[in-house]
Amino acid sequence: MPDANMRRPPKLRLPVEWLGILPFAAFALLFLILPTMKIVVGAFQSPEGDFTLQNLIDLNTDSIRSAYWTSVKLSLITALLGCAAGFAMASAVVFGGLPKRLRSPLLTFSGVASNFAGVPLAFAFIATLGPAGLVTLWLKTEFGINLRAMGFNLLSFWGLVVTYLFFQIPLMILIIIPALDGLKREWREAAEVLGATGAQYWRMVAFPILFPSLLGTFALLFANSFGAVATAFALTGPQLNIVPIKLFAQIRGDVLGNPNLGYALAFGMIVVTGLANVTYIVLRTRSERWLK
Amino acid sequence: MTRFLAWTAFLLGVLYFLLPLVGMTEFSLKMRRGEYSFDAYRRVFEDQRFWDTFGYSLTLAGATIIFGILLVVPTAYWVRLKLPQARPIIEFITLLPLVIPAIVIVFGYIRLYNTSSILPLTGSSLGTDVLLTMGYATLALPYMYRAVDTGLRTIDVATLTEAAQSLGAGWITILARIILPNVLVAVLSGAFLTLAIVIGEFTMAALLNRPAFGPFMQLLGANRAYEPPALAVIAFAITWGCMGLIQLVTRFSKHERAKV
Repeated sequence: MPDANMRRPPKLRLPVEWLGILPFAAFALLFLILPTMKIVVGAFQSPEGDFTLQNLIDLNTDSIRSAYWTSVKLSLITALLGCAAGFAMASAVVFGGLPKRLRSPLLTFSGVASNFAGVPLAFAFIATLGPAGLVTLWLKTEFGINLRAMGFNLLSFWGLVVTYLFFQIPLMILIIIPALDGLKREWREAAEVLGATGAQYWRMVAFPILFPSLLGTFALLFANSFGAVATAFALTGPQLNIVPIKLFAQIRGDVLGNPNLGYALAFGMIVVTGLANVTYIVLRTRSERWLK
Repeated sequence: MTRFLAWTAFLLGVLYFLLPLVGMTEFSLKMRRGEYSFDAYRRVFEDQRFWDTFGYSLTLAGATIIFGILLVVPTAYWVRLKLPQARPIIEFITLLPLVIPAIVIVFGYIRLYNTSSILPLTGSSLGTDVLLTMGYATLALPYMYRAVDTGLRTIDVATLTEAAQSLGAGWITILARIILPNVLVAVLSGAFLTLAIVIGEFTMAALLNRPAFGPFMQLLGANRAYEPPALAVIAFAITWGCMGLIQLVTRFSKHERAKV
């Protein structure tokens, strides 16, 4: 319509509509993007404000390297076990012939448990698997099994793994059940008609279809565990050498002796979770292209 | 065979999830030697700090929810109505808090809004409260935005807006009296989820040095034996309550729709 164009040139119209998201843009800028940028920029600055790579080089100490390695290991293991156990429970409910009544309580419980993280979760596990915990005492008095003597300590790496799974598994269940529902019965029947075994159906039909959502959940669980502070802090205090605890101590009292090293530590965290998500996006676009 | 495996997987999972819950409940009742009692709970409820910090966190949760609704509902509405091309960017931004750890975000706040900056929010306790509220709004953003956006998908935003406009409604009227009531269930779901996230949050509150419920629980955990599991039971009950309320409003709305 030439009339409308003359009255309102498109050049002027565009910005007016973008004004509607101005409050959101301002919020995101002030409380999400600028704070993150501050960390990123700070990681490349000396205390005097000059550009430097020294902070990143200084990260290369035994203690910080091992903190990153422990954190990455912890996140990979809890994400992997969380995905596996969550998948097992979800597929048990969706395909395993379990009563339909179990499904809704499982989803509700998963919603609760995935949010029951942090300090109270640590308390729950101390009361259960700690030195005086329910299971610890029960195993000792009833079966003579001494968990501590067997090398299990709740306040250690594997204790943290067991605890983190309490919010990792439910998160997986919440995300994967809708994806499992999306697998059509016809696909399975079609595979069976063509002579596929159950394993073949899973390997060649269901798994490739589920692959993007499995990957996405894995990346999410990874980031979820990599950034978790409260559970680990309430469980082990400031001693355990993982990156978020180290950063926490650094922010509270500059334990590294160089404030800009804190920026580098935080920047490293962004890089790790960022890499996890970039990997996810790349693999996802690939698998989706394949699906088409 | 499949059935057997399915039951095994399911029951092992149930066992794993039940044990800590039983463990914390049992432990919290053991304060009195030789018998079960509610002594630990009484101690917790007698502690003035419990009420102070709980009240503080509740207030902040309320502020976060109100701010979140005022921020997210108009934005999600506007994007659906006028700016579909901005959708990918907005969705990307709302997912960022799931990627950037909370501790990194709050570290940025501390350095960006310190007393020698242009906007010295950490200089006063009110300023820090505002900053903490914004931090919580950031943490809740992925959930709030998704909930509201899903709610908006079920209604015909464009037609409703045109109808309201032809009856002479302004933007505020449209948002408050047409859009908000239509996505109320989604908004409430987001609100209760925000409450569940905020009420026991530890990292941001501890690093901004505010007297919130999360740091209080951590402090008690470092010094006491029987009160912490009692707190865990209380926190679990609150989380369960929030999720229950979400289900309740969802079910309620289905009921309403069915009647119409």
